[in-house]
Amino acid sequence: MVSRQRSILLVLVVILSVAAALAGLWWTNQDRVPAGAAKTVFARDTTSAILAKGEYLARAGDCIACHTQPGSREFAGGRAMETPFGSLFVPNITPDDERGIGRWTPDEFYRMMHTGRSRDGTLLYPAMPFASYTKITREDSDAIFSYLLSVPPIAQPNRPHELRFPFNNRELLVGWRALYFKEGEYVPEPRQTTEWNRGAYLVQGLGHCAMCHTAINALGGSSQSKAFEGGMIPNQNWYAPSLTSNREAGLGEWSIDEIVNLLQGGVSHRGTVYGPMAEVVYNSLQYLTDEDVKAMAVYLKALPSPGEKPLPPTAQPVQPAVMELGRKIYSQQCAVCHKEDGKGYPPDYPPLANNQSIEMATPVNPIRMVLNGGYPPGTKRNPRPHGMPPFAHLLNDEDIAAVVTYIRVAWGNSGTPVTPAQANQMRSATVE
Amino acid sequence: MEARVQGCVTCHGQQGQGTANGYFPRIAGKPAGYLFNQLRAFRDGRRHYTPMNYLVAYLPDAYLQEIASHFAQLRPAFAPFQAPAIAAPVLQHGRALVTAGDSTRQIPACVSCHGLGLTGMEPGIPGLVGLRPAYITAQLTRWKTGDRRATAPDCMHRIVNRLTDNDMVAVSAWLGSLPAPQDLSPDARNTVRMPMACGSQG
Repeated sequence: MVSRQRSILLVLVVILSVAAALAGLWWTNQDRVPAGAAKTVFARDTTSAILAKGEYLARAGDCIACHTQPGSREFAGGRAMETPFGSLFVPNITPDDERGIGRWTPDEFYRMMHTGRSRDGTLLYPAMPFASYTKITREDSDAIFSYLLSVPPIAQPNRPHELRFPFNNRELLVGWRALYFKEGEYVPEPRQTTEWNRGAYLVQGLGHCAMCHTAINALGGSSQSKAFEGGMIPNQNWYAPSLTSNREAGLGEWSIDEIVNLLQGGVSHRGTVYGPMAEVVYNSLQYLTDEDVKAMAVYLKALPSPGEKPLPPTAQPVQPAVMELGRKIYSQQCAVCHKEDGKGYPPDYPPLANNQSIEMATPVNPIRMVLNGGYPPGTKRNPRPHGMPPFAHLLNDEDIAAVVTYIRVAWGNSGTPVTPAQANQMRSATVE
Repeated sequence: MEARVQGCVTCHGQQGQGTANGYFPRIAGKPAGYLFNQLRAFRDGRRHYTPMNYLVAYLPDAYLQEIASHFAQLRPAFAPFQAPAIAAPVLQHGRALVTAGDSTRQIPACVSCHGLGLTGMEPGIPGLVGLRPAYITAQLTRWKTGDRRATAPDCMHRIVNRLTDNDMVAVSAWLGSLPAPQDLSPDARNTVRMPMACGSQG
């Protein structure tokens, strides 16, 4: 296993080095500090309307989630982001002159958002979702920048990243960008409605949904052709379901109201957000207007489904004894809230029958819910959510596997069985 | 409200009375201010216990306050618990520290802040009865290492720094051996003057 990992790593290094060399040749011929599409002169519009708009857009972009250490001062950075390549420490984006962005210009801020280059021209690591933010308009970028300049400056120094060789070499990013970064503002689709286009702009741009809902490959990139098809979130061990497949989180069969309830409130009659998506709803989506969330819902519902083949039902037969053990545990521990027939009492106790998040090909999320429980986020629409308790200390791996298998195949659900080894693997997963 | 806090019950019991498990603490009847401080500290990452940090990560203050008040006003009977057999000298040492402290080492008695009945004091000092030795030892250790902290001035940190490992084992064993007191309610705010300034009494 180790040697296999090593050889993969070696291949990676070679690919990256070649890509870096090629792209580097190209890049050295370019203007190292392009001004982007900026035409605005250095004029800070600080009217309250602009600031309110900027604050709203910063919410839509969920800047706070990464740029604030939980329980600490807003936007002062310092939070560690664990990646497969080492730890990144998120920078201070308060308007402190020395440690923050106090001396940046609107042009420099737009160029950073649009091209992924910092003020001094340094290439940003793609943990900063500039591949999504590149789509936002100059006007919106300026509003966000004005807002960030208006928050209290915090003199907290930035901490250097702790990335392993070779990933600590930023030149490699040139190669990464050649493969995975397409610069450019969102271009409205003329055949679609204004509402659909607004939704697309928010989902693809500030919402940076693709960061989780598109599979991340071994190079830490996500392929445009697989946009929104779902993937494991590196280091968090949650599966971000496909937004296109109706077998996962595809919303083709949901009503617009149900989607809006889920995104803005955190709960719906079809399912509930948990894990990293609870954070997104808590810090970002709950603050968006009804119109914007509805626009996102319209766009998400219309995402094309990639022609799905139903799973062969006999591919993985369930052992009768496992099914019986699962049924017993379900009756004892789960049925009081989720009902014997799996229909629950939505939206507070979500249904498990016909719940895509239970039936997905990967069982990671339902296993983790049984192990760790969870509270949906407390939101404006649902300020006092109902919570599910952890069962990690009450059920052994066989029990967990049996009950998760049961809920994945009972009541006409189309999931596949789960093994005790899969359950055990998730016991050590980072709880976040 | 009981329906909303089902997320708590597999560890803390349906009424917050605790469970047969030796670690998860009884939370029923602890002062609401204390419980709220803990919930907020778990949410904001100032107190570390991963399953708790995860559960309350995205809950707003108003709701945490409501959850705290809910468990604070409950008075369930103690969960059945068989205290392990402890050598008499250890229990005596524990009893002495809990009830009288040790003036030669500037260790105040636990009862001087946590109440004569050890049921705590409003608004910020928790009851110590009904907790299991494993939990108490773990918490004292975390105070000592600095992993667990309270609002400055952090009196518990000062006190625990004066305790030896033997002291901590003895105190935990004695506290864990106590039967339920007649009145499970915490003392009213500042009924006694405390021997040290404590930030959590605000």
